[in-house]
Amino acid sequence: MSTLLEVSGVSVTFDGFRAINNLSFQIGNAELRAVIGPNGAGKTTFMDIVTGKTRPDEGRVIWGEKSVSLLRMSEAKIAQAGIGRKFQKPTVFEDQTVQENLLMALKNKRGWLGVLFYRPSAVDLEKVEELADEIGLKDELTRKSGELSHGQKQWLEIGMLLAQEPRLLLVDEPAAGMTPQEREHTTDLLVQAAKTRAVVVVEHDMEFVRRLNCKVTVLHEGAVLAEGTLDHVTSNQDVIDVYLGR
Amino acid sequence: MERSFVAKNPSVLVFLAILSLFTLGVTILSEGFGIGVISTSFVKTLGKTLCLCLIAVAMDLVWGFTGILSLGHFAFFGLGGYMIGMWLMYERTRLIVVESLSQADIPPTSTEVVDAIGTQIFGVVGSSEFPLIWAFSDSLFLQLALVVMVPGLLALIFGWLAFRSRVTGVYLSILTQAMTLALALYLFQNDSGLRGNNGLSGLQNLPGVTASQDVVSIWFLWASALALGLGYMLAAWVVSGKFGSVIRGIRDNEARVRFLGYSVEVYKLAVFTLTACIAAIAGALYYPQAGIINPEEMAPIASIYLAVWVAIGGRGRLYGAVIGAAFVSLLSTWFTGGQAPDIPLGFYTIKWVDWWQVLLGVSFVLVTLFAPRGIGGLFDLWTNHRAPQRHGAALGPDDSALREKEATE
Repeated sequence: MSTLLEVSGVSVTFDGFRAINNLSFQIGNAELRAVIGPNGAGKTTFMDIVTGKTRPDEGRVIWGEKSVSLLRMSEAKIAQAGIGRKFQKPTVFEDQTVQENLLMALKNKRGWLGVLFYRPSAVDLEKVEELADEIGLKDELTRKSGELSHGQKQWLEIGMLLAQEPRLLLVDEPAAGMTPQEREHTTDLLVQAAKTRAVVVVEHDMEFVRRLNCKVTVLHEGAVLAEGTLDHVTSNQDVIDVYLGR
Repeated sequence: MERSFVAKNPSVLVFLAILSLFTLGVTILSEGFGIGVISTSFVKTLGKTLCLCLIAVAMDLVWGFTGILSLGHFAFFGLGGYMIGMWLMYERTRLIVVESLSQADIPPTSTEVVDAIGTQIFGVVGSSEFPLIWAFSDSLFLQLALVVMVPGLLALIFGWLAFRSRVTGVYLSILTQAMTLALALYLFQNDSGLRGNNGLSGLQNLPGVTASQDVVSIWFLWASALALGLGYMLAAWVVSGKFGSVIRGIRDNEARVRFLGYSVEVYKLAVFTLTACIAAIAGALYYPQAGIINPEEMAPIASIYLAVWVAIGGRGRLYGAVIGAAFVSLLSTWFTGGQAPDIPLGFYTIKWVDWWQVLLGVSFVLVTLFAPRGIGGLFDLWTNHRAPQRHGAALGPDDSALREKEATE
């Protein structure tokens, strides 16, 4: 399996605090990966670095077959290259309809002139409808997304991510605030998505991670503590000491 | 199924109809073309108000839709006025000079004519030389092009520097205010080349036009109404499609738009520059009706008033901006023109000329606190449209998708 994203030897310091310490991480095409770790382990900072929000002090972040460095690209360019991100809090555009949200995310030209003269084609509208069906919001297309429930917003955001057709999906605590049934649906969506692209899920909830049934990376104090199947890492003494044993 | 632009935006059609009826009504009641019920000076006030409505539309686009609180758009408005004022002043002075020199025995050379124009225009600031910036002032076409190009270029450079450094929020507002203040202070200098604090005057007289002001004022009313109509349609078209979605997204959550792959800075720059050009066109139509332009017009307070109009009218909807600008500026004319009756309280008499600004300030605060959607929000009451109110805290996983408020109900 070829490598899609390679992070190697990355460190970042905020006001003297080392949030990420010589972190290395790899993920291949069509792989599902869970990242777990206690608060302050650097999970969110790790995502910030990959998506270009935070610049690391040292290290390399290499992307794709052509091995381009992401460190010199803007957030928008990184997103265009095929990295999508879902935030912990659902961030949809509440003032706009579900359809507008999805159309904005749909993979298309991102330049201002192209967008100014863009009018949705029948193909695009069909794609939006399919996506809405997938995330269970087909009947809500014309509603303002601010009216949706918390769980529906989470799905809408996942739908917007899928609409971007990214090659790598970074998902921050997707199941926060969901019922067991909603969690199951979310698990299905993520497992399904990982068949065609790489998906990294940051999650606190062990039950949820177990259901994802994938390789797990444990972060601690900004570095990788252990990596492997969930059973493998949960039996690791270091992991038990810093995370599970508490 | 794709519906037409007008079908999706019925408010545009309503707006255009009202604007046409208004223009027609004023024309019929005017001294120049109609029965003379409305005085020419009031026609000019109405024409100027239409220009203020146009810059309010631009302000709504940049603030209400994109979320950039620019406190510098009157700088672009003023610059547009200066650009057209230069041609008006040059050409009118030229006609006068040629007329007076033709009495001489020897016909004047073209150098003599230009020198005489220079003396006429710049005598007031103790100079007779044309500064470099007047290079194109003899050409109406070029000056008209400069009306859009000079403010557009300034906005482009300023915006590029500001947005590229990711200056946002109140810092950006302060920066735009500093820009307009710096420009005004520069123009106040006599050697700035635009006649210092004298400004440009006599702009109401169109060179080569013998028609009276009664007629000219109506021409400008028509031109202002046309510009407002076109500007409104352009703005409505810009915000109607995906571009509108993106800029409203930028207003609500800039970082999220960035992670969707849109280059936020470029979009902001495009909107900032476009609205600067619209503001400049509004200014170019405003000042020939006002007759005079001086750097005082670009003082920061003017741009703050602009924000107040849009806030009172209701930002985030174009007709709100128009209503706000028309309502507040006409009311302001009424109060400050000495037409509002004084209120004697026995021990003190409230003179509205002095107290109008206090009233305006208080209403701004009240609108911001109690009616954030402004006058335009009244239309929502009428159409019974309510914004979603689900802003409780998210509950824990067990209570599922309900929000705090719903769960307790």
